[in-house]
Amino acid sequence: MDKLVAQYSRTHHHNEMYSEQEQEDFNSSVPPLSLKFSLPPVDNRAAFLRAMTDDHSNPSCPIKLAHGTTTLAFRFQGGIIVCTDSRATAGNWIASQTVKKVIPVSRLSRGEDKKSNEPTPGLLGTMAGGAADCQYWLRYLSQQCTLHEIRHKRRITVAAASKILANLTYAYKGYGLSMGTMLAGMTPSEGPALYYIDSDGTRLPGNLFCVGSGQTFAYGVLDAEYRYDLSEEEALALGRRAILAAMHRDAYSGGFINLYHVKEEGWVHHGFDDMNPEFWKTKLEKGEFSNVTSTL
Amino acid sequence: MTSLMGNQSRGETIGYSFSEPTSANVKQHSFYPYTDNGGSTLGITGSDFAILAGDTRSTSGYNINSRMVPKVFRIGGDDETGEGAQVLLSVVGFAADGNALKEKLDTMVKMYKYKHGKPMSVSACAQRLSTILYEKRFFPYYVHAILAGLDEEGVGALYSYDPVGSYEREQCRAAGAASSLIMPFLDNQVNFKNQYIPGSGAGHALEAVKAEPLPKDTVKQLVRDAFTSAVERHIEVGDGLQMMIITKEGIEEVFIPLKQD
Repeated sequence: MDKLVAQYSRTHHHNEMYSEQEQEDFNSSVPPLSLKFSLPPVDNRAAFLRAMTDDHSNPSCPIKLAHGTTTLAFRFQGGIIVCTDSRATAGNWIASQTVKKVIPVSRLSRGEDKKSNEPTPGLLGTMAGGAADCQYWLRYLSQQCTLHEIRHKRRITVAAASKILANLTYAYKGYGLSMGTMLAGMTPSEGPALYYIDSDGTRLPGNLFCVGSGQTFAYGVLDAEYRYDLSEEEALALGRRAILAAMHRDAYSGGFINLYHVKEEGWVHHGFDDMNPEFWKTKLEKGEFSNVTSTL
Repeated sequence: MTSLMGNQSRGETIGYSFSEPTSANVKQHSFYPYTDNGGSTLGITGSDFAILAGDTRSTSGYNINSRMVPKVFRIGGDDETGEGAQVLLSVVGFAADGNALKEKLDTMVKMYKYKHGKPMSVSACAQRLSTILYEKRFFPYYVHAILAGLDEEGVGALYSYDPVGSYEREQCRAAGAASSLIMPFLDNQVNFKNQYIPGSGAGHALEAVKAEPLPKDTVKQLVRDAFTSAVERHIEVGDGLQMMIITKEGIEEVFIPLKQD
């Protein structure tokens, strides 16, 4: 009987103040990137989360999360090319056309506020699927990579970094995370390395990956033109062209072409360019996209 | 809200291929902890200021429950007067979640100040808000948040968020019920999207107008126009416009009446 009473009764004002745990969180100096998540008070959490946030299986869900993408990365003799679009959609609504889907994974302060054109050491991560999932977990990965650098006095390998991420997504399997990410980097022990990691827990090394709703269109262009011995200029142009094709055919991709090159010394940014002038330049100067008429 | 709380569990009614029935003999009522309180918010930045605005109507379904529920808050200031705040937060969606979020961020910003003896920078505050939102990734806050302030160089900074914390710095952003009405207007009037210089070329060679930071008075007028127009076409927007303008001199708050129908 006591057990039953205990099960259904609670103290009167137990929720009025911040709990001890919360007070501790306010006071500790580095709580932000924790692995403590609050969970809904229901039996089947995954079903609750799907009913609330999965607009694919439930178009009238109340909370629409940012989605949709084309991202690509490939290895070639001069390093690795990473290229993405910049559109984020919530249902049919274009939530943003200026998303930065290439996320530097390195010392936390580096990369974002960089102004010079010098190569920046560190890895690059790409973002496909849930925008928040990718941003949060790649930031968490940056933190782990920084700690590794401090502890071992050398940069983490791409293989190790990708495994941290894959182990994480595997641990959260079934919770409803949605991410398809590529990690690209160059380290002295590995050379150019490229890995694909997704929210199912998959982790694959490879030469060429495209991820997102527009992946098939990008693969079409890449598979036709890709060679390992591409020159740097050719490789950059090919990355651009594959994303352009995906933006043209995939409604969930668009906006700006975000292009990066990973070299031995680090990564270099090669522009965040509006797709529209790029499209007309490709059509009118090279005669491609001939299915589109240029006269009205 | 009753119409949304059917007897069947939501998972069953929606019919996922992978939906599994709840454990045998235990019938669970559907859990729907959110209400959409309507309304809209909007933020625009300039070279030395940022404006955050929102309407003051609070709705539930077709009922108007209040005409004076502000959506824009000062963060990190005095509890009563808001004095000392250097960051603004607007929340739209479910007001209870919005309030909880505001309180939490406010506490965090204050704790930072007490511990480090200096106010939190806007970029740090923006990152912190992102992680606060993501901590509830599996039981989200039903809110669209916008954060505004001045960055280290004194330039207006605006950060917009999705419900689980993905964020981006932008020049302008509309959120909430009328965001789909306001955002295209802002794209055109603030970022000059699809505006070309007349006579700069023929056909596809036309040169696009370059976006530049707008002066404060122009932006104030744009905000008023955006809201008066949204009121005309959206039932959940109206009653009053609350506008907060942050500059290096401090925060100015303005209330402007909107149509009450």
